[in-house]
Amino acid sequence: MAQDDNSGAELAAADSSHAAHESDASPGTALIVQDAFENPGFPAHRPRVTDENPQREKRAQRTVYTLFYLSIVGSLWAVAAYMLFPMESNNAGDVRLNNLFFGLGAALALLALGIGIVHWGKSVMQDVELVDERHAIGGTPETQAAAVKVFTDADRESGFTRRSVIRNSLIAAIVVFPLPAVVAFRGLAPQDQLPVPLLSHTMWSKGTRLTLDPSGAPIKAADVTIGSAFHVIPEGLTDLEHGKLDEKAKAAVLLMRLEPGDLNELPERKDWSYDGIVAYSKICTHVGCPVALYEQHTHHLLCPCHQSQFDVSNHCEVIFGPAKRPLPQLPIAVDDEGYLIAQSDFTEPVGPSFWERH
Amino acid sequence: MNRQKRRTGRRHPLATVALLAIGLVFTGGAYAALSAGTTAQAETDTTSQQTIDEGKKLFQANCATCHGLSAQGTDNGPSLIGVGAAAVDFQVGTGRMPMQMQGPQAQEKPVQFTDEQVKQLAYYVASLGPGPDIPSDHLVNGGGDAASGAELFRINCAMCHNVAGAGGALTEGKFAPPLTDVSGVHIYEAMVTGPQNMPVFNDLNISPEDKRDIITYLKYVQDNASPGGFELGSLGPVAEGLFIWIFGLGAIVAITVWITAKSN
Amino acid sequence: MSTASPTTDTQKRSFTTSAAVYVNERTSIAGFIKELGRKAFPDHWSFLLGEVALFSFVVILISGTFLTFFFQASMAEVHYDGSYVPLKGVEMSVAMASTLDISFDVRGGLFVRQMHHWAALLFVAAIGLHMLRIYFTGAFRKPREFNWVIGFTLFILAMAEGFTGYSLPDDLLSGNGLRIIDGLVKGIPVIGTWTSFLIFGGEFPGTQIVGRLYSLHIMILPALVIAFIALHLVFVVVHKHTQYAGPGKTQQNAVGPPILPIYAAKAGGFFFIIFGVIALIAALFTINPIWNYGPYDPSPVSAGTQPDWYIGFADGALRLIPPGWEFVWLDRTWSFNIIVPLVAIGIFIVLVLMYPFIEAWITGDKREHHIADRPRNAPTRTAIGAAGVTFYAGLWAAASSDILATHFWLTMEGVIHALQAVVVIGPFIAYFITKRVCIALQKKDREIVLHGYESGRIVRLPGGEYIEVHEPLDEYDRWRLVSFESYAPLMIRPNARGKITAGQRFRASLSRWFFEDRIAPVTKGELESGHGEHH
Repeated sequence: MAQDDNSGAELAAADSSHAAHESDASPGTALIVQDAFENPGFPAHRPRVTDENPQREKRAQRTVYTLFYLSIVGSLWAVAAYMLFPMESNNAGDVRLNNLFFGLGAALALLALGIGIVHWGKSVMQDVELVDERHAIGGTPETQAAAVKVFTDADRESGFTRRSVIRNSLIAAIVVFPLPAVVAFRGLAPQDQLPVPLLSHTMWSKGTRLTLDPSGAPIKAADVTIGSAFHVIPEGLTDLEHGKLDEKAKAAVLLMRLEPGDLNELPERKDWSYDGIVAYSKICTHVGCPVALYEQHTHHLLCPCHQSQFDVSNHCEVIFGPAKRPLPQLPIAVDDEGYLIAQSDFTEPVGPSFWERH
Repeated sequence: MNRQKRRTGRRHPLATVALLAIGLVFTGGAYAALSAGTTAQAETDTTSQQTIDEGKKLFQANCATCHGLSAQGTDNGPSLIGVGAAAVDFQVGTGRMPMQMQGPQAQEKPVQFTDEQVKQLAYYVASLGPGPDIPSDHLVNGGGDAASGAELFRINCAMCHNVAGAGGALTEGKFAPPLTDVSGVHIYEAMVTGPQNMPVFNDLNISPEDKRDIITYLKYVQDNASPGGFELGSLGPVAEGLFIWIFGLGAIVAITVWITAKSN
Repeated sequence: MSTASPTTDTQKRSFTTSAAVYVNERTSIAGFIKELGRKAFPDHWSFLLGEVALFSFVVILISGTFLTFFFQASMAEVHYDGSYVPLKGVEMSVAMASTLDISFDVRGGLFVRQMHHWAALLFVAAIGLHMLRIYFTGAFRKPREFNWVIGFTLFILAMAEGFTGYSLPDDLLSGNGLRIIDGLVKGIPVIGTWTSFLIFGGEFPGTQIVGRLYSLHIMILPALVIAFIALHLVFVVVHKHTQYAGPGKTQQNAVGPPILPIYAAKAGGFFFIIFGVIALIAALFTINPIWNYGPYDPSPVSAGTQPDWYIGFADGALRLIPPGWEFVWLDRTWSFNIIVPLVAIGIFIVLVLMYPFIEAWITGDKREHHIADRPRNAPTRTAIGAAGVTFYAGLWAAASSDILATHFWLTMEGVIHALQAVVVIGPFIAYFITKRVCIALQKKDREIVLHGYESGRIVRLPGGEYIEVHEPLDEYDRWRLVSFESYAPLMIRPNARGKITAGQRFRASLSRWFFEDRIAPVTKGELESGHGEHH
């Protein structure tokens, strides 16, 4: 620690407003002004109106008990409202009335009670002001010395400092003992699964039909007109018994059709679209919100959570916002009956980035 | 007077006759209105050529500058051949067209034409090429399944228009408008035509019945005030946070000042 | 009644006295009451902000207990069969369905739910405002440094309580919030993937998370909050409350009304007022309308998806990162678009937490401080605070970038770029402006002490000159303006071995930064010689 003292002699002494019990505490770099003003002491007590005018005092008292009676009225009103405004089935309007009148009654009861009590304290109770002495928070030197002695005695009697092997092994044991508890928390997640493989695959596979969210009806390529946006889930998702939402959180897809001329496709993805129809993961590559705000003329996709923007005509590359990676594209084709199907699963993990992703 | 009548406690003999008369007038009126409706429909069919001609005149006077004399499109406006009556009814019927100025997107404005003129324009454009028609009343009157509509709305619409239809931001100053006071017809037409940057939701993506459900849900939200009280614009946690800081904590700080002020 | 009492006292006792004696002889409470009952509690509106937090927490506990009787923290799927028509038959978790039942099928349930949520927002907001008061008045200085740390820990615990609670209904909004947490955790190097896997009990969203958050929300976190509040209050009693400078107030006394009865009445009444304000808001204003959001489903999302206000700064930090901050290096993904905000927020939190110790080291002042500073009298501290507030506010505003864009007719890209500037440059501008304003205000104070108030009365002197008459201050008003401490910059001096250490240099430069352009309080000598210069 650096030194607290200072070069200027003027900085040496303690502030005059600090009493003897603090004289040893350093003021640091505080300036001690020799001819500072002195504290003038308390000004004369100023009486309140209610102290001087008995009528005003009477009135204040009346106000207080009127408020308390009003509070009783509020409480009873709330009880009455509870009974008078039952919530008949299928009518949100009843809930609104119940909430409003029950709540207003309770609010009146509480506010009148509180304002009454405060008013009593402010205007009717005697206007007393007290002065408490403060004492050093550390206590007197004797108390401090006694406390130190307790510790030294305890140390001597236990040999905590002297018997260093015992002490150190104790510390080691205390450091290690929570480990089993930490390990037990492994059980928070399933024992037979690993996160990375799960994150790397979705329900889509070769031949899975693209179906409408939420009905699960398959989609024909001819149904997707230019300027359309279809919210898509894989066929079979709605029939899942378990983990429906887990799968949907990875497999949700947005299907759009652009003028084929507007699409600027990567050479290796030329056959991933069908006549201007493209399918992209709906899960943002930033932190995973559904990116579904599609502008049919600008071909921009916007994430409503953190405003990342993706350009659908340019293989969904990021044009604004915190996301880095383009939305993964689902390669699609058309089956014999004209329905849209996936060519395969996504070729990369969908959704937010994670450490093991590369 | 009323009290006197009640005291007699007996119905005037003419009351039954009056009731019958009133009933007849109502049913007759309803019948007349209905048949008038059908004849009106028939009239549009028979006079459609006249309507189209009227529409053409309106078009050439008001729209041709940007869309071209025969709606073939120019540098300032797209071709309207094949957009259908629904697109015109939406764009003109909500005041978006004619556009005031070029901007990120056409803004809603007071409607420039009468309902009849809007229809004339719509049927003129519809006559240029096949496109989505103005939906019939049973699809837009809110008689569908609100729960199914709500689910479809969340999946297909809420990301832009917000779950309560309060609207939201798009890129580069564009926005998805609030749906809180849009009519069922216009919601339907927007879905089938995809105005501005909104994607098209054709009948094979969202079937007409599904569209009706969506409109039913939006009507439910429009007609039923929030059970919890004032909605604060249905903007979610931002509005709630601002409210608690400005009004909640603001009121409480004012109260603390009162509590600690010397009583006078 | 009292005559029958078998007391040895010859005097008759009232019932209250007997009851008090009965309790005391079994609890030794008399000593406690003697010690505390007539303690003076300094009175100022800003000293009640901590109470706002405390009382809203009590409201949270009461309303939350009611909610636990009805809420079921299960993610098992059911078809909703309650009263709310637009969700009838929709598949959702039991957690969501039971929250809807609380809202629509338990009478008064929606009211309690709304109270709970509004009180939670108020709780965190009140802690924030309370902390700002402590900071800007220097009330964290010795002996209160630990209490600052405890209080700040409470702020973080409150945010954790808020976030876990926000996620419980398993609605679309909170589900997307959890999705963001999942993405955030996955972006942490080395441990991220596994941490997310453990938190969610497998893949996101899994079927575990609501139950786990519920355990945290109703057991561990509230227990910690209560323990830390207790500790916080014990220290308030031990230290006695700070007070503002004023005539008669010194570092050695505490001046104010006694705890019994006036302070107890004011604080007790204030509790009911806070409770009432929350009830009034809950009766009138919707909060978290989960019936609009619908059940969580990974495919939909709502425009304007935001966390509750207190998590906003973290969400905003994520939004402000420019594109492209993610690399594959050594065959691993380095998500700097997540690491940078996390580290920046981490550093910010540590700096706030450590601030009392940093300032104490710079000033070297080891005395106790019980008189709160006026913010202008510590210009550098106040300016640092303003910079911190600007940084936080920039991040916070960024969490509503889309709503700012739609409501002020801006582009969201423009809003983001502007807020990036606010977060990076804004703190420096705020620092500079605040420091200048503080110094200007201090100079004005000096003017007033030296030359008195401007009375507004213009007088023409015999020579034809017009002057405004200045009224001198009385000694009480003057004391408020001159009773503050001024520090000189630290001079570098060789230590005992004749060396100047690097630490010493660093400290001296910090001290210069803090105190170089300080304004000293007016002294008696200055006032005497200054008199007569004008008029």
